[in-house]
Amino acid sequence: MTNHSNNPAIGGKTSLKTIREAINDALREEMRRDPTVIVLGEEVSGGAGCEGEDDAYGGVFGVTKGLMPEFGRERVIDTPISEAAIIGAAAGAANNGLRPVAELMFFDFIGVSFDQIFNQAAKFRYMFGGKSKTPMVIRGTVGGGWRAGAQHSSMLHSIVTHIAGLKVVMPANAYDAKGLMVQAIRDDDPVIFLEHKVMYDIACEVPDEQYAIPFGEAAFPRQGSDVTIVAISNMVTHAITVADILAKEGISCDVIDPRTVSPLDHEAILESVEVTGRLVIIDEGNPRCGLATDIAGIVAEHGFYSLKAPIRTVTAPHTPVPFAPELEDAYLPNAEKLMVAVREVLAAGPSGA
Amino acid sequence: MPYSTEFLLSAYRTMKTIREFEERCVKEFEGGNVPGFTHVSNGQEAIAVAACIDLSDKDIIGSTHRGHGHCIAKGCDVGGMMKEIMGRSTGLCKGKGGSMHIADIDKGMLGANAIVGGGPPLVNGAALAAKTLGTKNVALSFNGDGSANQGTVFEAMNMAVVLKLPHVFVYENNGYAEGTAANYAVGSNSLTERNAGFGMPAECIDGLDFFATYEALKIATERARNGDGPTAIEAMCVRFDGHFIGDPQLYRPKDEVKNARKNQDCIKIFRERVIAEGWLKAAAMNAIDKEVMVEIETAVVNALAAPHPDPATDLMSDVYCSY
Ligand SMILES: Cc1ncc(C[n+]2csc(CCOP(=O)(O)OP(=O)(O)O)c2C)c(N)n1
Ligand SMILES: [Mg+2]
Repeated sequence: MTNHSNNPAIGGKTSLKTIREAINDALREEMRRDPTVIVLGEEVSGGAGCEGEDDAYGGVFGVTKGLMPEFGRERVIDTPISEAAIIGAAAGAANNGLRPVAELMFFDFIGVSFDQIFNQAAKFRYMFGGKSKTPMVIRGTVGGGWRAGAQHSSMLHSIVTHIAGLKVVMPANAYDAKGLMVQAIRDDDPVIFLEHKVMYDIACEVPDEQYAIPFGEAAFPRQGSDVTIVAISNMVTHAITVADILAKEGISCDVIDPRTVSPLDHEAILESVEVTGRLVIIDEGNPRCGLATDIAGIVAEHGFYSLKAPIRTVTAPHTPVPFAPELEDAYLPNAEKLMVAVREVLAAGPSGA
Repeated sequence: MPYSTEFLLSAYRTMKTIREFEERCVKEFEGGNVPGFTHVSNGQEAIAVAACIDLSDKDIIGSTHRGHGHCIAKGCDVGGMMKEIMGRSTGLCKGKGGSMHIADIDKGMLGANAIVGGGPPLVNGAALAAKTLGTKNVALSFNGDGSANQGTVFEAMNMAVVLKLPHVFVYENNGYAEGTAANYAVGSNSLTERNAGFGMPAECIDGLDFFATYEALKIATERARNGDGPTAIEAMCVRFDGHFIGDPQLYRPKDEVKNARKNQDCIKIFRERVIAEGWLKAAAMNAIDKEVMVEIETAVVNALAAPHPDPATDLMSDVYCSY
């Protein structure tokens, strides 16, 4: 189950790609390979019915740019502003021979479409006794940092992770973004694919060829034996920062990026804690019933005797996301807050480091 | 003269205030003083003012992501708005809301709304409260050609008819929802015909013409106040700027905005009309122009000097009344 390298070797040529480009690559190649893959949502092309340029946006973050000119409006569908109908259409089409990739733009708009996601798409297979499959992807941008305010900055991954029948993917680099998107499209279950809006321009070497990264396999951007840090999405950046600073002090951090939070690579986390005995989880979501408490619960239940210190979580506070920059900066978890928690965990327990 | 001088001067001043506020917002955004996503409403001033000019603070409006004009028309303090948009602690919402969530309940401004279609169901609620409490207040929602396609809006329209709510639905049809044309996304040939299909009086008017818009809304508001239920008014208009500040607007024909600013400016049209009719003198309006410039300049200077929120006290407050 556990894959200990962040970038498993894939033969062939690689190119420096941003997360935006990597997701675009994955979509394009899958659309070329499989004519049943379609993209739909608001402004996924842009310019529908307008006299100016077509493909004017290619998604408001430019992730689907260029797809409409190649595949046409039949397969890259600009929709009216009707999220319930967008998600419903994707789910219904997925049950009837297509592999839709529906875009919610800002994942906050899940609110308008939630029934189609959690009562419909997520439950079909179980309710129908395993007779149906719903191979759809729902893309959306998540997270704060853009001063976009309470209704455009949420981290709602814990809400969808809670729901049986959905898979939830949260890439933290371009390599993973491409491979996970390929897997999401080929996967026969509904997949929620969450892109952090501050990460689109972050680049790394990405193989030109198409590859799928299996779900439920964590990556280890840093390996170590003194403390385990579980981080997802943009928080991986902070975990790496902290690990690199502590490395200079001779403290080695095991940084785990689950990459998919449903399914979650329990083994990777438990095995790591078995070695380190110390765990900090950093998550941008709100603290109650969130991913951080979920992981803490799993380790408390199944890894209790490995622990040398109390588990610590670093999350956003129990508030909506504020608009003012000072407030949003205070709201968001960051490397400094993580460092404080990691040092506390290192110092705590019978044999404090 | 069908309108009092006071009414005409007030309408002009408010439209002009919105125009200056929005154009200044663009400048301040470009200068790095306005964080986040900001949608300005210049070009659409006549509708906001015509809709709100007769409303009291007890009448409620629900706005959209493009809400600055609605706020100003409803009487929100321009200084407090500029501070809010700049994220200052003395802003209308203590810097917690920002441009997309600006609100002032004391003025009957239920809030801008960053969720397209989020407003009309809430405005139904305000209308239901007015009806239930017998206050004779009315509620008015602003909608776009794009938000018109949201299920929440359909549900709100139907419920408003069923419950005979004092709710005026205003549709600002500026032809675009982000980069998607209304004539593509609104499946019906006519938004107004579709609105009428819900069983309420529906009318389409020239939203560049302050007077036509005002007259239609006056009838609609009176109907609501008299307990005769909702009305839908579609006001055709032009968006002078991008969807958001910084939008390259590739989807628009090259000279559309330039031509619109020249030939489809509701404030120019207002000025020409009142001068031609002999209702107002140019000098009176020019004087207002100067005062408005000063007011907006003052708002910006004060906002830039206003205190920032303090995370120690402001981050965790206001989540609940008590917890
Ligand atoms: C539920 C939801 N879906 C999508 C968006 C993104 N969005 C914001 S404004 C907008 C277009 C709205 O168009 P319209 O109603 O015509 O208003 P206009 O921008 O023209 O004033 C879209 C798609 C959103 N904020 N909320
Ligand atoms: Mg519009």
